[in-house]
Amino acid sequence: MAQTPEGEAFVEFERVQKSYDGETLVVKDLNLRMPKGEFLTMLGPSGSGKTTCLMMLAGFETATHGDIRLDGKSINDIPPHKRGIGMVFQNYALFPHMTIGENLAFPLEVRKMGRSERDEKVKRALDMVEMGAFGNRRPAQLSGGQQQRVALARALVFEPELVLMDEPLGALDKQLREKMQFEITDLAHNLGITTVYVTHDQTEALTMSDRVAVFDDGRIQQLAPPDELYEAPQNSFVAQFIGENNTLSGVVTQINDDKCLVRLDSGEEIDAKPVNVSQVGERTTVSIRPERVETNKERLSDDAHTLKAEVLEFIYMGDIFRTRLRVANSEEFIVKTRNAPDQPRLRPGEQIEIGWLPEDCRALDA
Amino acid sequence: MSDTTGSGPMLAADGTPLKESLGRALRRQKIRALALIAPLLLFVLLTFVIPIVSMLVRSVENQIVSDTLPGTIAALSEWDSTQGNAPSEDVFQNLFFDMFNAAEAKEHTKLGTRLNYENTGLASLFRTSGRSMDDIGEVFQDAIEDTDARFDDGAFWYEMMSGAGGDTLVADRRARWATLTGDSMSGDIGFTPSQEIAALLPMTATAYTDFAIWTAIEDDDVVAEEDPWEAVYVALAVDLRDPSRAAAIAGYNGAGADALQTLTATEMPDLTFADAFADLDEDWVSPDVWETVQVYSPSYTSGYFLNSVDRELTIDGVEARPQNEQLYIKLFGRTLWMSLIITSSCILLGYPVAWLLANLPVRTANVLMILVLLPFWTSLLVRTSAWKVLLQQQGVINELLVWLGFVDDANRLILMNNSTGTIIAMTHILLPFMILPLYSVMKTIPPTYLRAAKSLGATNWTAFWRVYFPQSVPGIGAGSILVFILAIGYYITPEIVGGTDGVFISNRIAYHISRSLNWGLAAALGTILLVLVLALYWVYDQIVGIDNVKLGG
Repeated sequence: MAQTPEGEAFVEFERVQKSYDGETLVVKDLNLRMPKGEFLTMLGPSGSGKTTCLMMLAGFETATHGDIRLDGKSINDIPPHKRGIGMVFQNYALFPHMTIGENLAFPLEVRKMGRSERDEKVKRALDMVEMGAFGNRRPAQLSGGQQQRVALARALVFEPELVLMDEPLGALDKQLREKMQFEITDLAHNLGITTVYVTHDQTEALTMSDRVAVFDDGRIQQLAPPDELYEAPQNSFVAQFIGENNTLSGVVTQINDDKCLVRLDSGEEIDAKPVNVSQVGERTTVSIRPERVETNKERLSDDAHTLKAEVLEFIYMGDIFRTRLRVANSEEFIVKTRNAPDQPRLRPGEQIEIGWLPEDCRALDA
Repeated sequence: MSDTTGSGPMLAADGTPLKESLGRALRRQKIRALALIAPLLLFVLLTFVIPIVSMLVRSVENQIVSDTLPGTIAALSEWDSTQGNAPSEDVFQNLFFDMFNAAEAKEHTKLGTRLNYENTGLASLFRTSGRSMDDIGEVFQDAIEDTDARFDDGAFWYEMMSGAGGDTLVADRRARWATLTGDSMSGDIGFTPSQEIAALLPMTATAYTDFAIWTAIEDDDVVAEEDPWEAVYVALAVDLRDPSRAAAIAGYNGAGADALQTLTATEMPDLTFADAFADLDEDWVSPDVWETVQVYSPSYTSGYFLNSVDRELTIDGVEARPQNEQLYIKLFGRTLWMSLIITSSCILLGYPVAWLLANLPVRTANVLMILVLLPFWTSLLVRTSAWKVLLQQQGVINELLVWLGFVDDANRLILMNNSTGTIIAMTHILLPFMILPLYSVMKTIPPTYLRAAKSLGATNWTAFWRVYFPQSVPGIGAGSILVFILAIGYYITPEIVGGTDGVFISNRIAYHISRSLNWGLAAALGTILLVLVLALYWVYDQIVGIDNVKLGG
């Protein structure tokens, strides 16, 4: 299912399973290969198994079955402190009884590093996250964003090749979060470290990652670069989970290589791109992104199928307009249009016709 | 828009200064808060503060000597103990009248008990002598009645002594009796001494007034109908000994003047009080006894405190008690040392349990918590007695060790009636007080800290020691303070399993409260214990810092 990137895999999960109670599997048959230097995000709703995967990689949980390899060597039996993996925790886990400097010196100290070398590395790490002046403070004296930077510096100070981050930005406010997203990716790319990042925030996943692994029900539903994930979701879960999405259900009535005809439950017929439907008569859920819906009939090709729609709500959002429509028995059909001079402002109650390019409408599993 | 006017104070919306307005708003809150805690405050004051303060005051209180023997103490101040002689006749004369009144009021035994703490034997000396005061008095009574039979008649006496103007004397003597007995001694006594007779026969008037007050108020009899007690005759004889009195009596013409004039012409028995007391008991003329009385005559004494630290108050100042009587310093030291051992054992045993509780799933932790709390639900006495069953030489532990072959049958371990027993039983009993604060502190340490430490390369031990343990120190602090302070004042357990080697200072305090009845010493020991605890608390605050103590949260 997952595409195997070029070259040697640095981190590798092979047929990994995990069960806590011996009855249900939290992680089902996980296969994942990560090249060196990649920034990979595990994205999924809570309980999807993404954090468990991270903990298995860190060594805090053991895999029930399967093999986890780091740089070609199996690490199943290596205790966490010998794995040399840096980790940033959700609530930073900065040791409250130590100063920032002591926190950063801790991993170096347990590695029996000399004092002068230690001090130098601590200073460099703090400067790297622009926290050089805070070495003598206690964690409680810092703001959330500052603590976040320190936690990052601490995870990097001993120069690990792999860094794990468990929802590290969850406790920050929106603005700070966005700023930190860029800082983290910059840092990761500049230092060339391999990063596994866990989050349930899809925006974070899309903006930061080289590749995103979407988790649900203990499996990777799709592993792909952000643009592919957004534009070409492999199944209806991914389509629903990533970004906003309109779904309509129906039955495939005609199918060829890159085009199929779907008769919706309301009786209307539309064009779609078959993604995981293969034969006529199969039930399907078609997925259309709100910004790919066209409300101006003139822009569509002549043979395009269109649907009748009634405007239910029109919301002015500044850069875009958000319109809620009644389409084919669904009252939750959303259309996003750019705020352009020629864009009409629809009024509730107005009857319009909508359409789309066939390749923007993906026929997925039911 | 601005509420401030240049330099003036900030004003509230209605123009009053903001500070004042805020103060008013806060005051209402404060009053309400105070009203809420008032019942508790009152309760604590009544049941805790007042009893403790009154107990502490007892440790220095010593009014009983001057209250019981006021005249004797005053006369004794002239006496110089270093001469090695018995005090003067004057002292013994005062002693007779003081003792006579005290014996009537049955207060002399209390004084004897008090002085017995300082000088063994004084209790019986006072008890037996008190009974004999009448005998001394009868010598004079017989002589006086033989001279003139009218002195045998209570009505005659009443008529002779009554008159006007002696109200001050009555008030004085009433106050004296009140001090002696602790009763208010109020009420009509149906007698007023005449001023003339009081000037003529001052001792007699005083003694008769004493008799009148006691008869009227304590015995509820009519003074005129009762024969005066022996002390009155003694006082009359003493008054008549003064040669200058004869002339004054010759010129006196009030009631009973002729009888008095007859008496002046008669020879009274030539009995000195010193001899009379020496006859009763040789100890009365021993300087040692009088030294004790003199040293303990002030109303407040440091004697109890000195006793508590194995010192004693002598006429030459503070001296160490003889080696074989030293007890309390050793006992204080043992109490502190054993409390320290108990606290350390509690930390060693309680820490892993608290850690387990804090890291188990809630459901399991709750079940285990019940096991920890179980001791709280059983009587302390039952638990301690259970230890008795376990620890004795034929007890469960010894039987088991012998059966397993660890201990020879002939050399069974002595686990009870010594300090080992006390330490074992008290560690068990105080363990929950260590576990609970530790648990509640550990509960607040997120497990991610340990994980973070391990991910940074620390071994399990380093992660625990460098990261987890420092954060649990406040819990250890809180638990240690609790256990140590509880241990220092423990009583029941050392009493039951401690034998003689394992008892604490509290057992000695209890002994003085309920057995020897030396409350003053008990209070002094208690005060020292309290000061010791406060001092240790202060030291603890200096070293650990009381802000670092957490009971949870």
